[in-house]
Amino acid sequence: MDTDLRIEEFNHVQTAHCENGVTTALLRYHGLDFMTEPLAFGMGSGLFYIQIPFLTINNGPAISFRTMPGAIFKRTCKSLGVEVSRKKFSDPAKAQSFLNQKINEGVPVGCQVGVFHLTYFPKEYRFHFNAHNLIVYGREENNYLISDPIMEDVTSLSPEELSRVRFAQGPLAPKGHIYFPEKVGIITDDLIRKGIVKGIKRNVRDMLNIPGSFAGVDGIRHTSNQIRKWRDKLGLKKASLYLGQIVRMQEEIGTGGGGFRFLYAAFLEESAAWLKDDRLMGVSEDFTKAGDLWRASAIKMAGVYKGRLTEQKDFEEIADMLLNIRSVEKEAFQRLAKLNLGK
Amino acid sequence: MKKEDLPQEPGALSRLTRELCYVKNEDGKYETALSKGWDVKKDALDSAWDNVNDRVEEARQAVVSGEKSPVYYFMELRLMDLPVLSGYTGFFPFFIKRHFKPSVFKNLSERKLEKYAAAFDVSVNELKNFKG
Repeated sequence: MDTDLRIEEFNHVQTAHCENGVTTALLRYHGLDFMTEPLAFGMGSGLFYIQIPFLTINNGPAISFRTMPGAIFKRTCKSLGVEVSRKKFSDPAKAQSFLNQKINEGVPVGCQVGVFHLTYFPKEYRFHFNAHNLIVYGREENNYLISDPIMEDVTSLSPEELSRVRFAQGPLAPKGHIYFPEKVGIITDDLIRKGIVKGIKRNVRDMLNIPGSFAGVDGIRHTSNQIRKWRDKLGLKKASLYLGQIVRMQEEIGTGGGGFRFLYAAFLEESAAWLKDDRLMGVSEDFTKAGDLWRASAIKMAGVYKGRLTEQKDFEEIADMLLNIRSVEKEAFQRLAKLNLGK
Repeated sequence: MKKEDLPQEPGALSRLTRELCYVKNEDGKYETALSKGWDVKKDALDSAWDNVNDRVEEARQAVVSGEKSPVYYFMELRLMDLPVLSGYTGFFPFFIKRHFKPSVFKNLSERKLEKYAAAFDVSVNELKNFKG
């Protein structure tokens, strides 16, 4: 690479979740100073629950507490009338030269990467997970300057290291996926309020009205039913591993704790201020409660995978806890649906 | 979750960073706070790694006993499954399963071995001569 180039106006933002973080930091760079992680998450209707049937990931159940990768950035930008450019590549050399071009132009960009070869991650966290996101905001001494939103500080990667993670393979392979806001129009408070309302309504729809029994609040019941069967069907050892996988999806880095429920509660609290509507504070409390209940269930599940709880009745109790969470979340979304927030 | 309840129990991640969480402050408002980790999730990650290590050991023994080829062992060692290995090599899962058989593996072309070796980050020699 020819010269050092650091995009000075870019500020690193640490967030709970990588995609929220890339969205927040890039939009702030483009002058949207009001943007926060909860706002990006909520406008993008980020809260979700799904257990994908017949699929296992890392030899455990395929469960997600958030919406599909890429959706938050896309929806939040769209709500605010921000035009987005995105590109994928089959040739790593072309992907790198396009990245260099954007950096030369002084444009910080989001990149989708796999974490298995991500050198600065601790080894224990390097599974084949391909939907991590980071920002490249310059280069220095032949290295790319990296802002990884989950980290307190910025870091760097060599061109080889970056290329490798941008071309990780397997499910959700990034294929050099690069994205950035292209054009930002005038953003009024009214537009922000509309974006918030739209985000809430879409989230209500996703959690209450999605067809089938695997997703939304009904998905929680589906998992609850499965947990009752796991001990007999899979044996205690595998059943424990499955519970451990739920806890990791729910509490690991990126979730903000409680399966993103605290993050959503924070969004509703911010929304109450934007919309000058105190009723949202009440629903925010409901999601705080849901998050606390998820964490209580995680503590119980830990009892199983630590070998302290081994009986079928322990699995039944965990399943009942999930049913309770389902009803708390269902009522919370029904309350949101009834608020008549406007268009 | 209240701010004072945020766990500070270091795990593997705390070598890299503290993680950002959303907590309620004294006034009942949300704010962000940094956590070093939580034993509940540390134990979940540990149990996932125990499982990985068990699988790798079983795979190693399967190579020793002649049931499986080194492709199977290195797939487990690199935490891969069929879809991931298929992505890195370009081989269809059906063929990869065949390559798990020692009898099929020993007749693999140099080109195919190179693809596997690259996917596993080992040399062709290490791959070919792995005896468990």
